[in-house]
Amino acid sequence: MATIELRQVEKKFGQLHAVKPMDLTIHSGEFVVLLGPSGCGKTTTLRMISGLEAVTGGHIYLDGRDVTWLHPSERDIAFVFQFFALYPHMTVLDNIRFPLQAQRVPRDEAEKRVSEIVKMLQIEHLLHLRPGSLSGGDRQRVALARALVRRPAAFLMDEPLGALDADLRESMRAEIKRLHIANNATTVYVTHDQLEAMALGDRIVVMSAAEIQQVGNPAEVYYKPANLFVARFIGSPGMNLISGRYADGVVYLPGDNRYTVPESWRAPLAQALKDGEVIIGFRPESARITEDGALAARVYASDMHGAFNMIHLALGEESNIVNVRVDRWITYALDTPVRFDIDPEGVRFFDPRSEKALRRGGAQ
Amino acid sequence: MAKFEEVGPRSPITESTRVDLVHPRARLGVTIRAIVAIVIVAIMLFPVIWLSLTTIKTRPDSVAVPPKFIPYFPDGFLSDWCMVPQLNKDGTPKLDKEGQPVLKERPICFDVTLEGIVGLFFERRTLTPAQMKQYMDDPNLDWADRILLKRGLLITGPGEFVNRFRNSLIIAGTSTVLAVTFGLLAAYAFSRWDISGKKDFLFFILSTRMLPPVVVTIPIFLMYRQLGIYDTHIGMILLYTVFNLSLSVWLLKGFLDEIPREYEEAALVDGYSRLQAFRKVVLPQAATGIAATTVFCLIFAWNEYAFSLMLTSDIARTAPPSIASTQGAGGFEWAIIATASMLFLIPVVVITFALRQHLLRGVTFGAIRQ
Ligand SMILES: Nc1ncnc2c1ncn2[C@@H]1O[C@H](COP(=O)(O)OP(=O)(O)OP(=O)(O)O)[C@@H](O)[C@H]1O
Ligand SMILES: [Mg+2]
Repeated sequence: MATIELRQVEKKFGQLHAVKPMDLTIHSGEFVVLLGPSGCGKTTTLRMISGLEAVTGGHIYLDGRDVTWLHPSERDIAFVFQFFALYPHMTVLDNIRFPLQAQRVPRDEAEKRVSEIVKMLQIEHLLHLRPGSLSGGDRQRVALARALVRRPAAFLMDEPLGALDADLRESMRAEIKRLHIANNATTVYVTHDQLEAMALGDRIVVMSAAEIQQVGNPAEVYYKPANLFVARFIGSPGMNLISGRYADGVVYLPGDNRYTVPESWRAPLAQALKDGEVIIGFRPESARITEDGALAARVYASDMHGAFNMIHLALGEESNIVNVRVDRWITYALDTPVRFDIDPEGVRFFDPRSEKALRRGGAQ
Repeated sequence: MAKFEEVGPRSPITESTRVDLVHPRARLGVTIRAIVAIVIVAIMLFPVIWLSLTTIKTRPDSVAVPPKFIPYFPDGFLSDWCMVPQLNKDGTPKLDKEGQPVLKERPICFDVTLEGIVGLFFERRTLTPAQMKQYMDDPNLDWADRILLKRGLLITGPGEFVNRFRNSLIIAGTSTVLAVTFGLLAAYAFSRWDISGKKDFLFFILSTRMLPPVVVTIPIFLMYRQLGIYDTHIGMILLYTVFNLSLSVWLLKGFLDEIPREYEEAALVDGYSRLQAFRKVVLPQAATGIAATTVFCLIFAWNEYAFSLMLTSDIARTAPPSIASTQGAGGFEWAIIATASMLFLIPVVVITFALRQHLLRGVTFGAIRQ
């Protein structure tokens, strides 16, 4: 297994900056997920690593070896495409064998590897069919088998589950996780589905507008978003964000609310904010509706999520909505006035000018 | 009778179809369309049928008015029906001096002769009646000699048609292979790379087709004579290849454009070179396009008339001009022309038939998405 390093790698398509200079190290055996909205340059990044797209600038290292200008076939990397790209004129067996033939793996060795993989993915019964007659999930398994059979230095997967329906996606996700645990292969996985990213990634690279927004493990990305984009993008719904004004340990929020800032945040806030403008953020599960809560709001809407209910609260005007998660048996009539508290450990602050999260020393 | 809209069809519908298509009116429409189709097919096939009948007619029969349709063998197939016994006024059969019934041929019948087929392959000379008698007794005559001798013709040597036909096979076959090969390479480049001036090149390639071939024959004739490739196989192959390239580049580019790049890219990361990926992944999936292009190129090169007429005289002359110029002594030998034309049809029919599975597109496309 291999380490992948990107050093100031960038890509321009004419005037369009598809990937701005980016630094990223993917450790051996790690499962890294590139997550971001459509068009943010995830696929382009992956294609540059594989050599299917030439870089505009920067260097790519595979295990310390500079592969920036190496032909795709010389990089020892497997690519799983979104629509599988199984060769329609070959049987499943020939599809899986195809990469081994390129590497001139001896016949009996090849047979052994193919039968191992085929057993692992439980596709023995499909070997003599053509891809055209397979279901989506089976195609995905064959595509994975074709990648795994080579035992490459690294796997690149571009939205491999994007073409599947929701049910299948979940089971295939589990399967990919299982394969990764079994093979411990360095994997770069592209998706725009954050649940997938959370479930699979050892680390998540959040991208937007051709840039890396944050790199971190799923918990970091979820609880400590580095900026407003990550806060909004991760989680469904995203983080609650309300604009306010900070003065002397209190944030003045819409609807005549005053939020008392936890002790540890006061110094950083006073230091970072020039004019007191601040955005306060918290996850729906970090808020609690109680009779003696510090903040007053009014129930605007509520929806069922099965395991819990999500209550939408309006702070003052209806443009300031926050989502609060409550147990599933708790319901409120619309327009009920309620009060709620924010868990001091779950609260974050953002500078509206730089859109960056504020940091406090030590534990954050 | 109850209306269809109220009671529906008489038997349950078990095939996939729309409601209005099982309406009695629609059913009637289908019948009418089928009849029209059959009539059209009959009209289209009539020349071919007529051609094949003409191959076995004598010269007078082939131009007879009214035309003759029913072949028979004297004393054999259909002769009972075609030869009608003549009757006396009292209804008894008319007999000739030897007591045999007198028979008369129906006007739409003709007796089968192989003189056209034999004549195609041999040079012939007309004999006087006296010479005919003399040759009749020659014991060295084979069956071919006898057939022509009945017409008063003597075989003097092998005909030129075999050579012309072979020239056609060589020139059309080779130029088709070359046009499709080069066309495929060019089309792949046009389809996959951003070549500067790509659109101009493609237009330029197509523009070679924009004026009728006859217009350029004189300049080409002069060039060919200067280069010493007038009336050579090389010259004709070159010409047909160049002419077909525009068609093959454009056709194949369309087909290659439809093959997703991901297939090649998958092959590239799997360890294959660009050329290997082209051969192992692109080519098999372009089979449909290659087959269609081959058939079109072949038909052009096989049927081409004007260039061959002007740029060849003997060595490299192809079949089409030679068929048109087949003349016997004192008039057109329709049977020979018909036979040559029928033989000429065969290779194209065989190849089209052999490639028919690829011509019906399917299998390869639509597998990338479910
Ligand atoms: N071959 C290309 N030529 C020109 N522009 C391109 C090309 N490929 C991608 N782009 C552009 O580069 C940007 C990034 O594209 P990319 O495919 O990497 O996005 P992505 O993050 O994979 O999005 P998605 O989730 O939709 O797949 C997009 O604006 C896209 O239009
Ligand atoms: Mg993409």
